[in-house]
Amino acid sequence: MPKDEVVISLKDVNKWYGTFHALRDINLDVRKGERVVVAGPSGSGKSTMIRCINRLEEHQSGTIQVNGTEVSNDVKAVEKVRREVGMVFQQFNLFPHLTVLENLTLAPIWVKHMPKAEASDIAMKYLERVQIHEQAKKYPGQLSGGQQQRVAIARSLCMRPSIMLFDEPTSALDPEMIKEVLDVMVELAEEGMTMVCVTHEMGFARTVADTVVFMADGQIVEMNTPSELFGNPKEERTRQFLSQIIRH
Amino acid sequence: MAEPSVPQSFAADGLLSRPIAWARTNLFKSPGNTVLTLVAAWVLWLLLPPLINWALVKATWVGDPAACRAAGGACWGLVTEKYRLILFGIYPYDEQWRPFSAVLLFIGMILMAANPRFWKPWLGAALTAGLVIVAVLMWGGVLGLPPVSDDRWGGLPLTLILSIAGIVLSFPLAVVLALGRRSQLPAVRAWCVVYIELWRGVPLISVLFMASIMFPLFMPEGVTIDKLLRAQLGIILFTAAYLAEIVRGGLQAISQGQYEAADSIGLTYWQKMRLVILPQALKVVIPPLVGQFITTFKDTSLVIIIGLYDLLSSTKVALSDPQWRAFYVEGFVVAALIYFVFSYVMSQYSQYLERRLSAGVRRQ
Repeated sequence: MPKDEVVISLKDVNKWYGTFHALRDINLDVRKGERVVVAGPSGSGKSTMIRCINRLEEHQSGTIQVNGTEVSNDVKAVEKVRREVGMVFQQFNLFPHLTVLENLTLAPIWVKHMPKAEASDIAMKYLERVQIHEQAKKYPGQLSGGQQQRVAIARSLCMRPSIMLFDEPTSALDPEMIKEVLDVMVELAEEGMTMVCVTHEMGFARTVADTVVFMADGQIVEMNTPSELFGNPKEERTRQFLSQIIRH
Repeated sequence: MAEPSVPQSFAADGLLSRPIAWARTNLFKSPGNTVLTLVAAWVLWLLLPPLINWALVKATWVGDPAACRAAGGACWGLVTEKYRLILFGIYPYDEQWRPFSAVLLFIGMILMAANPRFWKPWLGAALTAGLVIVAVLMWGGVLGLPPVSDDRWGGLPLTLILSIAGIVLSFPLAVVLALGRRSQLPAVRAWCVVYIELWRGVPLISVLFMASIMFPLFMPEGVTIDKLLRAQLGIILFTAAYLAEIVRGGLQAISQGQYEAADSIGLTYWQKMRLVILPQALKVVIPPLVGQFITTFKDTSLVIIIGLYDLLSSTKVALSDPQWRAFYVEGFVVAALIYFVFSYVMSQYSQYLERRLSAGVRRQ
């Protein structure tokens, strides 16, 4: 595991939805360049946890810091964190009224005040990287799911984030499109991007992750390198989960 | 629509084959369909001939009431005689080229604003300049134009001013109210709810009454606000409440994911709304929005009760001439036609806009 500085730090984070205790005393440090995969059964709080990192969800107690900035009610702090953290969603969430290129240049132009031409150049560069530059003038609705998700990744990258969050990026995709999205993510990992991925793709976790976090019932049950966690799980709950996903 | 398949026997008949095939598929496809067609044909047979007879065949196009009575049909002589009173109300007769130019300018501005080719940064400046020219034309008092007080404005220009200003100025207010009603801040939300529900809870007539009769009572001695301006404000504030609820409907139709995606790339609240949410939300609600615009356009005729001479009121004034009083139907038909033309154009434009804005997004 890299010994670099901690870029995301969650300390004793708790979150409730009404009376439902969604996150219980979450403690997690992510270091620069680290690839973390978060796994666990549905409803275990995986998505909630990473959505707290860029304040799409509010935590009620504990502290979350991203690159030294505390995520709080302070709007300026949240905006700073969001500029540094990219996010990819299960449902892509591209803006359907804008072309692919406009989807990518929106944030650089409005948030970073970049000249339009420069933003377009950067956008085309990232579109080429995810091999979708021929579709730049099309609207999201004209692309396949896999293409849309690759555009969504490129859209996040255009803000030059230091951290990328992936919230089940392949769960809404047809099976034959999963690979094209995973390939992009693997490439990103190899370039040293700090990544936190909620995913059910255990193959991806094995090949890419430095750390696998296993969550159940709002808690981090176990956290280890992929070979240890998959090969030699310490907790009963982990074993149970692994046996279930391997059976399928 | 798919080309109806032409049966062999009709195809041989040449010219008639297409209409017959069309009638078969569209008018006589089923017994129920046939019955409806026959009933509709019968109703048309009852209504159309007398209508054409009255409006065209026996009509008098120019001439006095006596000639009209002799002919027994529609008396369009009323219109040729009184059109300036109907169109421009009691605006000084010799100066009526000014409201006429104002109407032309208005129509030009509407056509320009409606055409996507002119959606350029300078459009706002051009429209503002147009409004200034309209104001100068209507009020006068500069450039050698004799001043005309706005209580003498009337007819079509007044209707256009009230409705266009009503629509254009209420719309931004409505967007702010709609956003406020969905705000996270309880105080903002409460104010917007109270505003919207209060204005929606009273009829426009009572708003206009309040504006014209009660409002001045509350003003300190000597302070007066122009009657037209008060009515205009009433229309704007009233319309905004209705539009706000329509806009809110659009905001609710946009998925949470769009809000989150906009947040996650670092847009501020206002950027998120302006660049991501509102363009999609407003597109969804174009039909009810334009419906409200049309309603506002027609509802301006209610200013008759506070003594402003909009198109409908000036038509009534024209009909108050004892000589022509018998021909009120013709007068109202003309006023109705003018209202219809504007409303129909708005409705068609909304459909065009929907088609244009859905280009490329349809497959989603």
